[in-house]
Amino acid sequence: MVFGFACLQELTKKRVMVSDEFGYNSKVEGEVIVTRADAVVNWIRKHSVWPMPMGLACCAIELMASAASRYDISRFGMEVMRFSPRQSDCMIVAGTVTYKMAEVVRRIYDQMGDPKWVVAMGACASTGGMYRSYAVMQGVDNVVPVDVYVSGCPPRPEALLDAMMKLQDKIGRESSVKNLSKTPEPLSAS
Amino acid sequence: MIDEDFVKSLLNGREFLKLLHQNDCLTLSCEPQHFVSFCEHLRDQETFDLLVDLTALDHGLEADIRFSTVVHIYSLVHKSYIRIHVDCMDNESPSVPSISSIFPAANWHERETFDMFGINFVTHPNLKRILMWDDYPYFPLRKEFPLAGIEVPLPAADVSEVTGAAVDPAPMMGGPFVSSGSSRLSQAEPRAKDESWTEDSEKPL
Repeated sequence: MVFGFACLQELTKKRVMVSDEFGYNSKVEGEVIVTRADAVVNWIRKHSVWPMPMGLACCAIELMASAASRYDISRFGMEVMRFSPRQSDCMIVAGTVTYKMAEVVRRIYDQMGDPKWVVAMGACASTGGMYRSYAVMQGVDNVVPVDVYVSGCPPRPEALLDAMMKLQDKIGRESSVKNLSKTPEPLSAS
Repeated sequence: MIDEDFVKSLLNGREFLKLLHQNDCLTLSCEPQHFVSFCEHLRDQETFDLLVDLTALDHGLEADIRFSTVVHIYSLVHKSYIRIHVDCMDNESPSVPSISSIFPAANWHERETFDMFGINFVTHPNLKRILMWDDYPYFPLRKEFPLAGIEVPLPAADVSEVTGAAVDPAPMMGGPFVSSGSSRLSQAEPRAKDESWTEDSEKPL
């Protein structure tokens, strides 16, 4: 817990309030906050989710709308859309995943650093949607583990924001060290 | 203008053409060996220089001539379309001469038609699949191919090894999902045609 302790010292120096639930009272406790490492680490993580926009179809348009000024995903600290998987930790699969594309989705997921999360945005990414056909994978959860599913065709930006808040709750409940290796095995390079 | 005189002059001396009577635009049937030269004539002499579409028809497993390729060419002078059917003689391995040397736009259309119907466009410069992956063993728009698909391995072996995913037939659940065509949108929204069966419970006799 050395990391946790150092983190705490850093936080107390800046007089940062970690969360209401810890009931920090500077008169009683001086400049020391007692908390769990998970609480601090997850608090940091969930307010700096960097999404990887895996835009495959029309859902990507709504994803862009949620990033624009009217819905403004940066209110949740998620405005840093990174098109490089190495720099992102939440893949938003927005659109129809064909069998030809499924391989690419999986490879990009493998290239993301742990910990990482996946949001299946819209009917197609969740279940194949209206495409009951020979070419469309019936849900992206066949190739990557999905944390949050969003209904809608396409979902409104509010629905995506709600899903991202659900994801924040989920990140807050996780163990901050156990989620460092979600992938069973890395794929061999090809 | 496309009138009877124009059609008469076009057909005059060209026994390989046959007039098919369709209401929407001038429709001709052309023999495969004269197809390319006729397209060149249309483009250079008759101002039909805009290739709009190239696709194919599958007339069914029992048909004498199973596949025919269809092209639509537009003339900006006549402001009219011409449609040409080219029958593929061999039902087992159908083939048609490529017109990508006449209309470069036909290149990708012919690749798509090859991908979906398995029609071989002879002399095409780069005839390979354009939508499905290269190793896909079927031609999805042929009549015998089921809409739900046929089980094959995923194109990437290492991904399917890690995830266990494969290309599976899609669950139809009484589908296909089609609009009833009723005028009220609330009733016309697409739904399964026959909801009495699913993949898990057989259709009642």
